[in-house]
Amino acid sequence: MSAIVQNLLGPGWPWVRLLLYLAGIGAFVGANAAYLVLAERKIAGRIQRRPGPNEAGFGGWMQPFADVGKLFAKQMMIPPGTDRLLYCLAPLMVMAPPLICLTVIPYGENLVARNVDVGLLLVFSFGSINVMALMLAGWASRNKFAIISSARVVSQNVAYEIPMLLVVITLLMATGTLNLNEIVGQQGGWFWNWNFFRVWVNPLMPVTFVIFFICMLAETNRAPFDMAEAESELVAGAFTEYGGMGFGVFFMAEYANIVVGCSIATVLFFGGWQSPFVVLSGPVFGPLWFMVKLYALVFTVMWVRWTFPRTQFYNLLNLSWKILIPISLFTLLLTGAMMKLPLLLHHLF
Amino acid sequence: MSTLPLSEYVVLGIFGLIVATTVAGALIAVLSRRMIRGVAGLALCSLGLAGLYYFLNSPFLALMEVLIYIGAVCVTIVFGIMLSETDEPEAGEKPARERWWTALSALVSAAIFWGLCHLALHSAWPSAGVQATNGSVREIGVALLTTYSLPFELISLVLLVAILGALTLARGGRTKS
Repeated sequence: MSAIVQNLLGPGWPWVRLLLYLAGIGAFVGANAAYLVLAERKIAGRIQRRPGPNEAGFGGWMQPFADVGKLFAKQMMIPPGTDRLLYCLAPLMVMAPPLICLTVIPYGENLVARNVDVGLLLVFSFGSINVMALMLAGWASRNKFAIISSARVVSQNVAYEIPMLLVVITLLMATGTLNLNEIVGQQGGWFWNWNFFRVWVNPLMPVTFVIFFICMLAETNRAPFDMAEAESELVAGAFTEYGGMGFGVFFMAEYANIVVGCSIATVLFFGGWQSPFVVLSGPVFGPLWFMVKLYALVFTVMWVRWTFPRTQFYNLLNLSWKILIPISLFTLLLTGAMMKLPLLLHHLF
Repeated sequence: MSTLPLSEYVVLGIFGLIVATTVAGALIAVLSRRMIRGVAGLALCSLGLAGLYYFLNSPFLALMEVLIYIGAVCVTIVFGIMLSETDEPEAGEKPARERWWTALSALVSAAIFWGLCHLALHSAWPSAGVQATNGSVREIGVALLTTYSLPFELISLVLLVAILGALTLARGGRTKS
């Protein structure tokens, strides 16, 4: 028995660490989704000059429990005519990718489940499965609204994946690594070392972040780009036929995706767990800084949702193909030029 | 890392799971009558393949497999299906000409299968013990532009052929059929 314990704590530690992190991430995603829904409703209420949910316990703080209880108590109905297997698998498929992505995000200097060398690539590759899951959900529902929604999801995601990846490549040229923890490590010291402010690498760095943020909103199907759900025109889009916890899982996945997207933005542009001022850093304050930055971005996402009306679909696609892609290609070229021109000049003269 | 009791069995079990995923995905892709399930099978198969690449010490390749084959190729195929076919095809009597084609393709695939089996059984396999690159951007870039520049350039040829094929199909239009 003691040998096993020694094994677990000794060289076997990575396994225990991984298991602990998996449990932690599961709990984090659940609690996070529950309370982000409440935060969203409270913020919406504040912006629309109404109180928001304030009945269930301590001024509305128990509302998530009431919601979850209601969703669990509802019967899962499988409407006739649906593709049964895919209909049931879709909520699982939409939930799995953000969970995988959260395993490589560094919350603190040593607080990362797996410090993978190709972490950034992992996030983007599993992030791209999300659209497939939404599409299968819409298709399997065999409902006109759901299928229209699926078609929208695909064209939207295909359009916005391109500027997003271009922006990330721009950043990658500046950092030279795909390891998320190393990217954070490079942004130490004062806040002007964050990639967002590193205008000497590329004077358009803040523009790059704005493009990234817009693409993130579009990829996570958030308003003003929530074409997939569009409740005033498509009932609930791809989720129309889902009830009870099936619907709940889609919402959990949406909020988990927002957290993944904002975490990546924090890591890439705002120095992750680094303190903005040299003081107050370290293993305790690091995760706190990370959470502050993360939830500031999450708040911005909600703020945008309740401020801007939904765009038209053609405007959405035009924005990507005619504005975002040319600008991101230009920033890519500019970064390349700014990195290599000094070398060339040095070589010539 | 592998000092947990029974860890080799765990690893073996995961490997078995990945192989089963690949084979099951391929079978679903080939055997299902509904196109959409076929694509889902293809995605599953790609996921299994990514796992196999991971076991061959190439996490970069594994993630690329997921990003490109599931995130791009399968999504595009599903989009195509969504725009063209709505119902599952009816199972009807096949014309005689089609049977000949089936027989011919069965023959060709049997030959390919035999060849692959022969290759698999009689060639000396190098063990994939070492990781080719450590996955850093610099090394991948250097490898792509020096050691593997021929395959890298050949990919553009494949894309050219694909574009030409798409043009031919699109110019033919719908009136032909």
